[in-house]
Amino acid sequence: MSEKNFINAIVEAVQQEMERDLDVFVAGEDVEIGGVFGTDAGLFETFGKERVFNTPITESGIAGLAVGSAAAGLRPVIEIMFMDFMGVCMDQIVNQMAKMKYMFGGKATLPIVVRTHSGAGRSMAAQHSQSLEAWFCHVPGLKVVMPTTPYDAKGLLISSIRDDNPVIFIENKRALAFRGEVPEEPYEIPLGVADIKREGSDVTVVATGYLVKDALDLAEEMAERGVSLEVIDPRTLSPLDIDTIVESVQKTSRAVVAQEAVNFCGLGAEIAASIQERAFDYLDAPVKRVGAPFSPVPFSPVLEAAWLPGKDQLRAAIEEIVPVPA
Amino acid sequence: MALDLAPEKLKDMFERMVLIREFEERAATLMEQNRIPGAVHLYVGEEAVGVGVCSTLTDSDYIASTHRGHGHLLAKGGDPKLMYAELLGKATGYCKGKGGSMHVADLDVGMLGANGIVGAGPPIAMGAAFAAKYRGQGAVSVCFFGDGASNQGTFHEAANMASLYKLPLLLVCENNLYGEFTAQADHQAVKDVADRAAGYNMPGLVVDGMDIMAVLEAAEIAVQRARDGEGPTLLECKTYRFYDHVGRDFGRHKRDEDEIAYWRARDPIDLFQATLEEQGILAADDANTITESIRARIDEAVEFAEASDEPVVDDLLTDVYTEVPA
Repeated sequence: MSEKNFINAIVEAVQQEMERDLDVFVAGEDVEIGGVFGTDAGLFETFGKERVFNTPITESGIAGLAVGSAAAGLRPVIEIMFMDFMGVCMDQIVNQMAKMKYMFGGKATLPIVVRTHSGAGRSMAAQHSQSLEAWFCHVPGLKVVMPTTPYDAKGLLISSIRDDNPVIFIENKRALAFRGEVPEEPYEIPLGVADIKREGSDVTVVATGYLVKDALDLAEEMAERGVSLEVIDPRTLSPLDIDTIVESVQKTSRAVVAQEAVNFCGLGAEIAASIQERAFDYLDAPVKRVGAPFSPVPFSPVLEAAWLPGKDQLRAAIEEIVPVPA
Repeated sequence: MALDLAPEKLKDMFERMVLIREFEERAATLMEQNRIPGAVHLYVGEEAVGVGVCSTLTDSDYIASTHRGHGHLLAKGGDPKLMYAELLGKATGYCKGKGGSMHVADLDVGMLGANGIVGAGPPIAMGAAFAAKYRGQGAVSVCFFGDGASNQGTFHEAANMASLYKLPLLLVCENNLYGEFTAQADHQAVKDVADRAAGYNMPGLVVDGMDIMAVLEAAEIAVQRARDGEGPTLLECKTYRFYDHVGRDFGRHKRDEDEIAYWRARDPIDLFQATLEEQGILAADDANTITESIRARIDEAVEFAEASDEPVVDDLLTDVYTEVPA
């Protein structure tokens, strides 16, 4: 066990899976230099061009490479540099990759990992900053994984590569710098299992991506004010571990769902709806949602800071539904 | 000259063409009688392309197909019983009734599926070609697509990547002069799709798609080039869709009578029959005997499909994901 950042943890996961399974290869834009965020650092040097190679800037081609090679028995790990670029290859992901198994009556197996980077906070504006996870959660046949801590990132990426289904693996840009204890050896974290990041009793905060950190920071602050937050990171968004969330709400009777994505029609809406369906009688207050306003991500640091949901919005939402001791 | 092929092989090719023709005519009738739900896109008139190309392949080679895919699967060795069962939506079909005409597939013979999205096939076939090269077992991958699909970006992305990586891919354009209901001259800026090969530094050949021996000879050269590691070829086969985009009836889509007559006079089955009779490979009455025996096989296949069970509703949600072993 040693402290690593998120990037080191995921590079280690890919490296260990490539050593274990010769069918695993890595393809994407600029992966040979380690990727624009360094999330492929050293892989090209270790495994060479046969297994780690640059593609042209050709997202449909990259996704199709994954679909065809997986159908033919390989285990591709492809990279779509920014999540915003998924729009360029949606047909291959949504109509081909996600549906081939079902359309073929179960006879196709597509073990694919699509790694991508999401999130705002770097003044990269409207086409390099989005959190589009809900798009993919809406499509049967895909799994969607969004880890926040280095430990979760490594274990979930290993599980994603070993999974026989297409997995959209979302790496939040601001989370790439997070540090934490990560075992050296390979280990799996099962997909579809949420993690209670902090136990508490007054309100359940279901947070994803960078909002997990905001929630944990806020939990410290609120504890000093006598309010106890239970923070849950679903980690896998599809399939969603709604049971863990519902059990928590049955205990706390209050819930806030926090995400960086645009609130309207986001994953938070799905979680809030499921909570009221499953735990209505336990609720002492409406389920609140924290998310981005309904606009593209702005460029100006001033505007982006106003757009980006974070600790302040989360605090305000909690204060609306939790009695704070004087 | 490929007529040097064993007479049995040539007769088998003829039989496959007749099988496709009879299969499609019966499928059209079944659709007209509402015994096939949904729609069928008929391959009638284009048989020389699928059979000519697939005659150069083995079960280890891959093909990606189109919405007009029945002929490709039959040419690759598909079973008419399982195909009709799928077209009728039965549990015994290739895809357990979950795919239908537009998604019929048989991975056991390397057929990566018909496809409902025009232009989705080239990246998938390119991916399978990558897997073939990665595995180093000498397999090749073929993509059938139409003149319409050659306007999609996916065709260009796949062509570029296949040439860049020298993948064993054969891009077979079935130029049937129409993209759905729009004539080629109205939908694309080139007359010969093969010209587009120049943009990707690969050979581009135009052949008479009504002449199966011309198709086969060109495909043999391209397949050998691919197996030898020299990269992809674009093979354009000039052919003609004898019927409408969907079903037989031209309906609102009027075509020039002279155009129809010209191409009908070049029916690929009649042309091949005449060649084989001239060469003494088929005797005077052989073609009729073959057609009769194929009609009996079609009757049997349709009976099998109609007698088959409907899918059970309990299977609605199976095959969405590959289950993770417990």
